[in-house]
Amino acid sequence: MSETPALRVDDVHVAFDDTSVLDGVDLSIEPGEIVALLGPSGSGKSTLLRVVAGIVMPDSGSVHIGRTDVTRQPTHQRGVGMVFQDNQLFPHMSVLDNVAFGLKMTGRPRPDRERIGRDWLERVGLSGFADRRVTELSGGEAKRVALARTLAPGPNVVLLDEPLTGLDRELHDRLADELARLLRSAGVTALLVTHDADEAATIADRTVLLADL
Amino acid sequence: MNRLPRRLVGALAIGPIAALGVFYLWPFATLLAEALTGGAVSDTLTRSQTWDVVWFTFWQAMVSTMCTVAIGIIPAFVVARFEFRGRRLLVGLLTATFVLPTVVMGAAFLALLPDSVDRTVWAVIGAHVAFNLAVVVRVVGSLWEHLPTDMEHAAATLGASRRRTLTTISLPLIRPAITAAATIVFLFTFTSFGVIRILGAPGTRTIEVEVWRRATQLGDIGGAAVLSLLQLAVLAVLLVWSTTAQRRHSRALALEATAPRRRPRTTAQRRFVALTAGAAALVALVPLGALVARSFSTPTGWSTNAWTDLGRVEVRPGIRVGTDPVEAIANSLTTAAWATAFAVAVGALASLAITAAGRHGRLIDAGLMLPLGTSAVTIGLGMLITFDVDPVDWRASWWLVPVGHALVAVPFVVRTCVGVLRSVDPAMTAAAATLGAGPVRAWRATVVPYLWRPLAAGGALAAAISLGEFGATSFLSRSGGETMPIAIEQLLGRTGTTLQAQGYVLATILAAVTIALVVAVDTIQGIVDARVTGE
Repeated sequence: MSETPALRVDDVHVAFDDTSVLDGVDLSIEPGEIVALLGPSGSGKSTLLRVVAGIVMPDSGSVHIGRTDVTRQPTHQRGVGMVFQDNQLFPHMSVLDNVAFGLKMTGRPRPDRERIGRDWLERVGLSGFADRRVTELSGGEAKRVALARTLAPGPNVVLLDEPLTGLDRELHDRLADELARLLRSAGVTALLVTHDADEAATIADRTVLLADL
Repeated sequence: MNRLPRRLVGALAIGPIAALGVFYLWPFATLLAEALTGGAVSDTLTRSQTWDVVWFTFWQAMVSTMCTVAIGIIPAFVVARFEFRGRRLLVGLLTATFVLPTVVMGAAFLALLPDSVDRTVWAVIGAHVAFNLAVVVRVVGSLWEHLPTDMEHAAATLGASRRRTLTTISLPLIRPAITAAATIVFLFTFTSFGVIRILGAPGTRTIEVEVWRRATQLGDIGGAAVLSLLQLAVLAVLLVWSTTAQRRHSRALALEATAPRRRPRTTAQRRFVALTAGAAALVALVPLGALVARSFSTPTGWSTNAWTDLGRVEVRPGIRVGTDPVEAIANSLTTAAWATAFAVAVGALASLAITAAGRHGRLIDAGLMLPLGTSAVTIGLGMLITFDVDPVDWRASWWLVPVGHALVAVPFVVRTCVGVLRSVDPAMTAAAATLGAGPVRAWRATVVPYLWRPLAAGGALAAAISLGEFGATSFLSRSGGETMPIAIEQLLGRTGTTLQAQGYVLATILAAVTIALVVAVDTIQGIVDARVTGE
């Protein structure tokens, strides 16, 4: 391998209350690569994503983002972005404030934040939604806002936890295409967790089975 | 329609309505009249002393509330987010502290603090914080545990540190609960009476204490009446503000049924949880421990004398003090028995009437809740100045104190029962009707049987309230008829360790009985819930 992988997971073990969830998992993703992680529900896919994000601490093993060992780093210092299955938009903030939240955390001045935020809203097809309340959005709109919010700060690695689960078929297919296009145009490295092989094929460059890791 | 005959509903409602009219509305009207006649309003409001009292009441309540919220928010988080051994016990302990009579809490802090600190405003604030911690932990904790943990994780993945996540995400979202908890704590500390009577220095008087002092020590009934109305006005403004603030800030949160609580996994988490839970448990246990310890302590060492000689204390050979602890226990038990009987009778009739009367039921319901919004001191004062002229000079009647207690307790009995009765499926009554039961018969067969258990819980609650009641009793109790809280206040106010130790003995007994009653209420309610939900 010539290049340093964008994300490397080495021999990660996680157990909850003596039940082993991840048992020696290895995974490596090249820069700009979109990888789908496939497996039945309850197999530990989401846990692996949470280990990468720093939400769950592994009992052993290591996580590297670029050249940095982030295993002991708190979530907010890892430079990862994550789209949650149920979006987790902040209900007390407007659409624009949600999208610009990550930029605010990096200390960008307000005019910058608003410009970049509005730009991202346009890219996900929601220009004009800036001042809406997030509680008034439809399922598809909320998903797009979540995606824009994750991508706006320019994370090193994007993690997507079953982002399209629970949407109706038609919306699901349309969003899957859109998601693939957006991730590619942004040129990000992404790890997508899903239990839907078609979805994996549509969005990802490479599909891996958790059972094989 | 298969409805109960109006006559029956009317017969059920007439008793509670009459009781409310005679023992609450009439005294309240008398109080109003007393305040508005003879220049009492201008006399009281132009006296600078009045505003000193109002200012003191306000700032001590404000400081108590802010401290309680700031301290309580940490255990609220731990209880909401983590699963650990003793979690339920901890919440139970804090709740037990909250339900203790105010004089017991005052006595516990008097026992705990060194002489240089007790009888100061700081002792009062300390007691208020320990007392009301459960409000913050339960009210804030119960919203927090519904806040998705992933919302906080989402903020972290966007680069928010733990502190920023707390200040920009979690706190704004649980703000309605914080407002609600702060309002309740402010309400309790603004109207603080028992704690201040025990712990406060002569200069530290809340409006409640000043009402009592004016009415019973200075004979200024008009001034006392004006002050109690002033307090009522302040509280009304506060409640309106709090309700609008909560409505404005409440979000349409996609609340989870309950966000899963997790066991602390890292060493830092384990330490944090253990430290917080330990500290919270200490806040609940240490004052009570001090109370028990002081009942066994004498200047010369440990002794069980205060317990064994209870009621046989002679200040000097042949001379005894006016307060007899054993008699106080007997008085309390008799009073509580009658108060419970009154509260259960009125509460049962009212609950049945409220649920049977439909729209009019709400009116009865609201009316019976009024005493809850009026401080016990105001209720006591109103009854004192109303029932002192023929033909209603009832001051010497044995039943006046129990009736005052029942008035305070009825709202609790009604609340315990009405919820259960309302949850009885109307289809059951309809089913009984299709099987040939007339309206009354169907009601008796399907609704009434659900009354008994919540009524038992309400009765136990009424007994606990009566045993600890201090505000109204301060006005209505007569020499020789002292209940335990009155006797505790008197004994602890005297000099001499023997008498004080007896005060601590009484406070310990009262604490134990109250906790036992509240545990009983909790157990009965657990059974009721299980029955209603069919589990």
